[in-house]
Amino acid sequence: MPKLKVILLTGRTIDQGKGKEYGKLSREYWESVTICFLDPKDLKVLEVKEDENIKVTTKSGSVVMKAVKSARSPHPKIAFIPYGPWASIIMNQKTHGTGMPSLKGISAEIEPAPKGKVLSLSELLNKHYKVKKS
Amino acid sequence: MDLAINNGKIVEKINENKAKVIDASGMIVMPGGVDIHCHIAGTDVNTGRLLRPEDHFRDVEAKTAVTRSGVGYSIPSTFTTGYRYSRMGYTTLMNPSMPPLEARHTHEELEDTPMVDKATYPLLGDWWFVLEHLRDGLIEECAAHVAWIMAATRGYAIKIVNPGGLEAWGFGSNVKSLDDTVPHFNITPREIIRGLCKVNKLLNLPHTIHVHTNNLGKPGNYVTAIETMKCVEDLAEENRPNIHITHCQFSAFKGSDWQTMSSGAEEIAKYVNHHNHVTLDMGQVIFTNTTTMTADGPFQYGLYQLSGNKWVNHDVETETSGGIVPFTYRRKSAVNATQWSIGLELALLIKNPWKIYLTTDHPNGGPFTSYPTIITWLMSQAARKKTINKIHKRARRNSLLTSIEREFSFYEIAIVTRAGQAKTLGLTQKGQLGVGADADVAIYNVNHKLVDPSKKYKKVRRAFKKAAYTIKGGEVVVKDGEIVKTVSGKTFWVDVKTSLPLEVNDDLKRKFREYWTVEYENYPLRKGFLHNPAPISIKAEV
Amino acid sequence: MTIVTGVTCPVCGTFCDDIELVVENNVIVDVKNACAMGAAKFLNYATHRNLKPLIRKNGELIETSLNEAVGKAAKILADANYPILYGWSCTSCEAIRVGLELAEEVGGVIDNTSTVCHGPSILSVQDVGIVSCTLGQIRHRADLIFYWASNPWSAHPRHIERYTMFTEGRFQKSTWKGYISRLGGVLSRKRLRRAANLVLRRDIPATPKIERHLPYTMFQKKRKMVVVDTRKTRTAEAADYFLQIEPNKDYELLQVFRMLIQNEELNVDKVAGVPIELLEEVADVMLDCKLGVFFFGLGLTMSEGKHRNIDTAISLTRDLNQRTKFLIMPMRGHYNVTGVNVVFTWQTGYPYAVDFSRGYPRYNPGETSVIDILSRGESDAGLSIASDPVAHFPREAVQNLVKNPLIAIDPEVTPTTLMADVVIPSSFMGIETEGTAYRMDHVPLPLKKVVEPPKTCLSDVEILQRILSQVRKLRRTSN
Repeated sequence: MPKLKVILLTGRTIDQGKGKEYGKLSREYWESVTICFLDPKDLKVLEVKEDENIKVTTKSGSVVMKAVKSARSPHPKIAFIPYGPWASIIMNQKTHGTGMPSLKGISAEIEPAPKGKVLSLSELLNKHYKVKKS
Repeated sequence: MDLAINNGKIVEKINENKAKVIDASGMIVMPGGVDIHCHIAGTDVNTGRLLRPEDHFRDVEAKTAVTRSGVGYSIPSTFTTGYRYSRMGYTTLMNPSMPPLEARHTHEELEDTPMVDKATYPLLGDWWFVLEHLRDGLIEECAAHVAWIMAATRGYAIKIVNPGGLEAWGFGSNVKSLDDTVPHFNITPREIIRGLCKVNKLLNLPHTIHVHTNNLGKPGNYVTAIETMKCVEDLAEENRPNIHITHCQFSAFKGSDWQTMSSGAEEIAKYVNHHNHVTLDMGQVIFTNTTTMTADGPFQYGLYQLSGNKWVNHDVETETSGGIVPFTYRRKSAVNATQWSIGLELALLIKNPWKIYLTTDHPNGGPFTSYPTIITWLMSQAARKKTINKIHKRARRNSLLTSIEREFSFYEIAIVTRAGQAKTLGLTQKGQLGVGADADVAIYNVNHKLVDPSKKYKKVRRAFKKAAYTIKGGEVVVKDGEIVKTVSGKTFWVDVKTSLPLEVNDDLKRKFREYWTVEYENYPLRKGFLHNPAPISIKAEV
Repeated sequence: MTIVTGVTCPVCGTFCDDIELVVENNVIVDVKNACAMGAAKFLNYATHRNLKPLIRKNGELIETSLNEAVGKAAKILADANYPILYGWSCTSCEAIRVGLELAEEVGGVIDNTSTVCHGPSILSVQDVGIVSCTLGQIRHRADLIFYWASNPWSAHPRHIERYTMFTEGRFQKSTWKGYISRLGGVLSRKRLRRAANLVLRRDIPATPKIERHLPYTMFQKKRKMVVVDTRKTRTAEAADYFLQIEPNKDYELLQVFRMLIQNEELNVDKVAGVPIELLEEVADVMLDCKLGVFFFGLGLTMSEGKHRNIDTAISLTRDLNQRTKFLIMPMRGHYNVTGVNVVFTWQTGYPYAVDFSRGYPRYNPGETSVIDILSRGESDAGLSIASDPVAHFPREAVQNLVKNPLIAIDPEVTPTTLMADVVIPSSFMGIETEGTAYRMDHVPLPLKKVVEPPKTCLSDVEILQRILSQVRKLRRTSN
């Protein structure tokens, strides 16, 4: 399967901004934060069409997201993911003594994930954070 | 003699059997201290706190059963500020620089400053409405607007800083003299000062205009200071003050550059000794590392260029500017040592202590915790000598202090640290212990009959550093320099009633959107914002 | 039906205060003047809200009384050795003041969202200062506006129309008309290219990166906008100059500008992917302006270099002040994150990451900041208020947060409330409760109460005060 090394940026989008005001449990929010914007040329290299699933992996972890063609191209080998619980799985928590984790400019690898599923919010919380508590 | 206190006021007499008795024999009893000019709240002060974590690391106060924790040194956090002033016997503080747009901030911080009564002065010398109305000669319209903004921002007095210069700084320039024209506004600093002096009179405000002169901090600026005082001479009446020049030390430099800089205190003292329409405060410098902060944006930029220290600039739309630069005053710097001498020369050469008050323009000249040291310099030639012997040779040679023998008495100290300040502020119930005054009392453990302050100045300093008792509003809040009870003070502000209704008409409402980026209805503080307001009702002449 | 005017919008740092709401039967039915996010908030805030206090029992969150929830929260905090109290950016200053008192009482660490946002900007300010102003100064005077690593179109939608390019000031005019005609040109060019691609069945390249529509001199009197970003965002499309920079290279580019404005020559073709000729042209524009401003965003704080990037940006601004008037301002994200820094600073001396465990405030980002504390697993309890750390913290930090007792005070259901052990529902600040908050340029404005909250949802101030007094009771009995 083709793989692509990218630099990952996380940030705000207007849809994510609207979605979080609708509520973090809303469909609008889920749709706005489980996507990864890629340059159309990068999509070709990965042999992935828009709306198909991809797996994004960094040193900190990996997560399955939906690929979206970026309207902001050209930006080859740069991927953009909106802030949210999915982006948080793959962020680098090292602060290098500044208190600030690295949330932009992270090295990542992207590959197609035709069999992968984009988790729902509760599935994601269960998978990564479920803790037995009394 | 005995002092009777009931319900927060000094009274004629009370039932001694039911009263708490404090034996202050052998100690000095004064009204609670009043500080006419100390930067303790607002955007500039708080950004200064943020700028200088290194200032806080070395000076911390842990939480106790009675007090909140905090940090110092030159810009203490709010709780610590209130506690430290109270420990020195101070009970009333005036925050001298409030950008009107950010009034909420100043008042929120003042409310978190415990133990003292307070007030604040909105910065109006470069307010577009003031500039436009005065340019067009509309004194009464100007007065009505000033009354509105005083109420909207819960202010106490008209503060003017480098008039005209702050507006010029909006595009990066400054004004150089009282007769320079302010760019885009066709008005001079002289016209601004005179205009606001007239406005102050029309509004019957309790304090005079409070002025930080043009050309602050420039060698040769003593000429500007005297011209500023002169320019409202003809507007004075009945020998009453109509202008207050603040932190005068910074405006009392002679010379044409830093090599030739020397003291202009003598000339200023001469003028003040012969005129009764002026009051001043010292702005004394201490040899320490401190933080300068004023609304004088261009001056602060100049200080950054001189020192290379970190620099904060904060321009406020339509109204004013501001800047912060950390600074160290050094004994071995000829200029700093001369500055140190100037402050004291002013106080000692001006004969009438009711005309000049003890301040450091905290924290610009040094933190307020250095007031006891300044008191010893005023009271003891020996104390002055000790410091003079350590300063730069040239400054020592030129300083007038070596030839001044005057030493303040305790009575004169009481005037320059409380009574005079209260009088010029128009706070009739402060700074005095007559019947009807607020029961704000400071008791210092030094016996004026036994202790000669000229010789035993260290004892005097210790006594003023930690009050034996501080009484605020009739309650004992400090004992032996420790806080025993916390109280919140009141916030004074002037509620001026003009004969024209205070409702600003649609024209101003429409102009609001053009002039500011906030809505007209969101600008004034809403009713109930202050938790302990003490409005002073005034009827204006307009 | 009532119309409420002058409402401040409790969403982003632009903090617009000209919103008009139409309220009928205690429901907001219409919003005017708000952007998409503001409108979404005012019309949808109650969709996924918590109405009852919850406590986790046997792994499940079940409804309980407010007293029990407050009691449990107080016990968690009072028993903890090193609790963290996090969030604070989406509530009022009045609530933050109570929060600081609570943190001091329990000897914990209190931190706010700056720690993952503009914390590095604050660190730079503490190193070099900052040359800034209120937004009205920009509106009235600025003729050169930089958006560096910031995309207001997505994050601060009304910023440009209220404060920069598309607004009228005393000394500057709006460039709205110019933008519309240029946009028309861009759109028709795009349409033509798409049509050509379809007909010829091959790619016709987009217009080159260096876009010059008219000679520079024609824009002399108008405001100019420069965007520096890694992607051509919508904001960049409206710009007069767009510098597409390689990721993690902002430090180099800023230093190059510092050299160019001092007339230094550089022997390279490109810096950070941007041709040197374009940089020289932009440097000239910077020196020729009357008043310029840098607005910068998280692209500088979060990428490599972190606070050193901003240090350089502020130093560049300082250097420019020798020749012209230049200012710089961080684009703060939440509507009261500036207020949080302000209140923290006046009460403790420090803007975030404040540690009270020794009885007095201590500050050392990297040690006392929440991400680091969580990474090292040092905290043993947590309180989250007006924030959503489970959604936005890196995964390992979240794992350490949720394995300890966690209290969440929030009006809405969020990933944090779903993982908490105690959930206390609060009222929506700025809609159901009034208060004070600070805009990104430090101007404090009032938050309005427009509708009544449900009876089970108290304000943040009340909830915190109850927890505080309960903590004090517990401490007294244990002593």
